[in-house]
Amino acid sequence: MANYKFSNRVRNFAGILMILGIIGLAYGFLSAPSNLEEAQAMVSDSHHEEGHSEKVLNQGDNSSAVYHDEKESSSDHNDHSEHLLHKLQNKPWAALYVAALFFMMISLGTLAFYAIQRASQAGWSPVLYRVMEGITAYLLPGCLIVFLILVLSGLHMNHLFIWMDSKVVAHDEIIKAKIGYLNTPFFLLRAGFYILGWCAYRYFSRKFSLAQDKAKDISYHKKNFRISAAFLVFFIVTESMMSWDWIMSIDPHWFSTLFGWYVFASMFVSGITVIALTAIYLKSKGYLELVNDSHIHDLGKFMFGISIFWTYLWFSQFMLIWYANIPEEVTYFMTRIEDYNLPFFSMLALNFILPLLVLMNSDYKRVNYFIVITGIIIIIGHYIDVFNMIMPSAVGDKWFIGISEISAFMFFAGLFIYIVFREISKAPLYPVGDPFIEESKRYHY
Amino acid sequence: MENKNKIVHAIYDDDDVLLKAVKELRSKKYVIEEVFTPFPVHGLDKAMGLSGTRIAITSFIYGCIGLGVSILMMDYMMIQDWPQNIGGKPSFSYVENMPAFVPIMFELTVYFAAHLMVITFYLRSRLWPFKKAENPIPSTTDDKFLVQIDSYKSESELKKVLKKLEPLKLF
Repeated sequence: MANYKFSNRVRNFAGILMILGIIGLAYGFLSAPSNLEEAQAMVSDSHHEEGHSEKVLNQGDNSSAVYHDEKESSSDHNDHSEHLLHKLQNKPWAALYVAALFFMMISLGTLAFYAIQRASQAGWSPVLYRVMEGITAYLLPGCLIVFLILVLSGLHMNHLFIWMDSKVVAHDEIIKAKIGYLNTPFFLLRAGFYILGWCAYRYFSRKFSLAQDKAKDISYHKKNFRISAAFLVFFIVTESMMSWDWIMSIDPHWFSTLFGWYVFASMFVSGITVIALTAIYLKSKGYLELVNDSHIHDLGKFMFGISIFWTYLWFSQFMLIWYANIPEEVTYFMTRIEDYNLPFFSMLALNFILPLLVLMNSDYKRVNYFIVITGIIIIIGHYIDVFNMIMPSAVGDKWFIGISEISAFMFFAGLFIYIVFREISKAPLYPVGDPFIEESKRYHY
Repeated sequence: MENKNKIVHAIYDDDDVLLKAVKELRSKKYVIEEVFTPFPVHGLDKAMGLSGTRIAITSFIYGCIGLGVSILMMDYMMIQDWPQNIGGKPSFSYVENMPAFVPIMFELTVYFAAHLMVITFYLRSRLWPFKKAENPIPSTTDDKFLVQIDSYKSESELKKVLKKLEPLKLF
């Protein structure tokens, strides 16, 4: 039962990912247009190939149709060009934001899963606690990066959140009515509050978990149980508000009441998948020998079940909006189906149909190979899901998965791997003092 | 005079002891005919060496049938037989109206899978109304576990083995 040794290979791999990511991101930011002429030149360049230049220039942004319509009467060609410039300037920012948010949410989803294990006093999972604690180590740096991007948006470094732009708000009755909630100081204050709450729980839970290893009684375990239950209440409220603030407000005209649940399902399944992938990786290196087929089987069941739960929420949101067909709501899906057809529908295949078919068989959930393949599919699928949440409102139809997007993903993947594996190497791989550790070691099904 | 191939019953009141006894008997190559338990005992099927159930496969097939039935049904009802204009969405094409039918497709998939699977399970277990119970003592539906073992050659030898496995009662 040796401690995990943070191998040089993992360190180098993470380092290379980060360096390549930074180079790519720098290229993405530098190649973004800085003025109107450059933006128009970029668009007309690509349009000669595609052959529909006028159409795109005049199409504007579907996602803020109401805002657009109101402006239509007074707008001239310059307004459109400025709009286009903002979209093109947003692209590297949005790529950065999608990846930052995605990896932060993996960590947050894992923290929620961990808190559920603690609060329900689960007997099967303690051998995986140290893996989960390793993954949640990314929460603080991940949250701080997201917070930094939000602060920079507040300083008008980018146009991700159009409600932060007073020129836009002045012409927009709908956003004006929301200004009591959607204003930059309150927005950042809320973000700080969520981050503080999540990271405080993570800090104390980890501390108690390590202290329990050396303790003679189970008082630390009980403390962990109490703060976990309290955290879950705090989490489900703040997670929902986080999804309105950080994701839904990018599209300030649109709203969906189950959006918080939908985002939660996405981060939860990504988090569980990463737990399974990390555990299987450590097993393949000869660690975590006590994690057996039955533990992997249970993680597989969660991956299967939460994938279907995600689909259920996705469809519940989609069908009501599609059926009601109210203009301010349905624009959200029209943009996605018209401009984002491939990512929109491929995401459904990756997040629902493939996990459903591959993981349906009980025996397959015990085979590491199938878990790894499905896990990679789920991770890609949910990255595209977050991409679909952010991009259509941020860059409109000017999207493609190019250097910025791939580099941002690589940078955060590298950072995530580095922090997670370094944290796992810091403590014994099993919480030896946990009162349920014996049950977990002998867990079989 | 010893009885050959007589069935011996051993009664337990603890599932862990039962599980240990079953594993021990199997390692001594005894044939366990049946175990009656008041609740499903985790790992007992593997300890008894039962082959895996195929009911999941039937369930998948029934689910697919249900999905097919629902698609045909909704197509006939809403598209072919009586197209309606609901909320500005005229029902002339199945594909265009598909999201509205997904709840029905889902429900019928589950309905077919669940009901046909239960019926299959009853048939396969030879259960039907007014069937006489097969368990040798009624308390296996309450708090006792009963193992039925084929004594094979010698009943006394089996009983000797069983005595070591701490049953409450042998008969």
